[in-house]
Amino acid sequence: MGKDEALLDYVLRLGDNALVLGQRLSELVTQAPELEEELANANFALDYIGQARLFYSYAGELEGKGRSEDDFAFLRDGNEFRNVLLVEQPNGHFGDAIVRQFLFESFYALQLEALTRCSAARVAEIAARAVKEIHYHLRHVSQWLVRLGDGTDESHSRVQQSLDDQWRFTGELFAADEVDDEFEREWNGPRLAEVEKRWNDEVDAVLADATLMRPAAQWMDGGGRRGRHTEHFGYLIAEMQFLQRAYPGARW
Amino acid sequence: MTRQDILTLLQSVADPEIPVLSVIDLGIVRDVTVSREGVEVSVAPTYTGCPATEVIERMIAATLERNGFENVTIKRVLSPPWTTDWLSESGRRKLVDYGIAPPAGRAGKRSLLAPELRIHCPRCSTDQTTRVSEFGSTPCKASYKCDQCLEPFEYFKCL
Repeated sequence: MGKDEALLDYVLRLGDNALVLGQRLSELVTQAPELEEELANANFALDYIGQARLFYSYAGELEGKGRSEDDFAFLRDGNEFRNVLLVEQPNGHFGDAIVRQFLFESFYALQLEALTRCSAARVAEIAARAVKEIHYHLRHVSQWLVRLGDGTDESHSRVQQSLDDQWRFTGELFAADEVDDEFEREWNGPRLAEVEKRWNDEVDAVLADATLMRPAAQWMDGGGRRGRHTEHFGYLIAEMQFLQRAYPGARW
Repeated sequence: MTRQDILTLLQSVADPEIPVLSVIDLGIVRDVTVSREGVEVSVAPTYTGCPATEVIERMIAATLERNGFENVTIKRVLSPPWTTDWLSESGRRKLVDYGIAPPAGRAGKRSLLAPELRIHCPRCSTDQTTRVSEFGSTPCKASYKCDQCLEPFEYFKCL
């Protein structure tokens, strides 16, 4: 794998994570348990889709085949998306959605922090912008995790179940492959082993506040970053891409 | 027309979400270059997902074209990232008059997470206010209410 190829792949992975979680969060609009969460979900989704656009525009320039951000979002098939499996998991109940966002953002915030120091200037610029938004989200979802975990018996047991159900998707966040290795070597990218160490500390601290048990070490799922997705993903992109598939080139 | 004339002209281009602020007040116009080929305006987006960004860019181009400029290009610059420190003093005053509390404190790496600052009510200026929601009608704002005059108001978050 060459230096430029690794950069393009890395940027597309960042864009796909952001777009897919943004899409999931958009699905929550009108479904929130209270008005303030309605605002929060819409704002989260907007931030993610905005970040995806920045990554995709850059990917289009790197690739040099004239693909636009919309082409990446709407005209690729499922196996061309490289997002991690965690972000495509269905919304489920409110606790599921909070746990998914907490597990992902506690990683993504650290990844972005490291990316602000990478030598791919454009990625560092986008990361500097995005990291502030993600810290703000993360505080919000961490507070919810504590409120649910340390809440009633019912909320505690349901959110513990959400955590147990989704834990197997966290391994993929830190499983470095040749894209990560090359990006680390050639572009001073994040050292995933260090990111994992910090993630463990930060997640453990919030789980302790939330009186939740960290799930036991277990077999970890993966493959999303190579285009192998869970069964939920097909439905997600079918809805997301419907308009452009049914009416190619439609604009408003 | 010079660079300065263009900057003056851009004072009439309002933020579509907060029309009391011009793009100059907002501090998102980073540079203007005039050359024989045309005019290039460098604009920094506020939040990555802010839907106003593209509207603002089109409004800037349209305003210049209406005033006789040809070949107007808008360049989007990400670095250094826009922060609320770029808001002008007059912009902050206009926000208060409009009923939005301006950002409190200076932007920093984790400024959105800063310990809760006292936010002053833009109507009666007391600092006895309560946050209702960390999010608001646009990405840049949070929702508050005043405990003294009881008016709800929005706070422009420090970013």
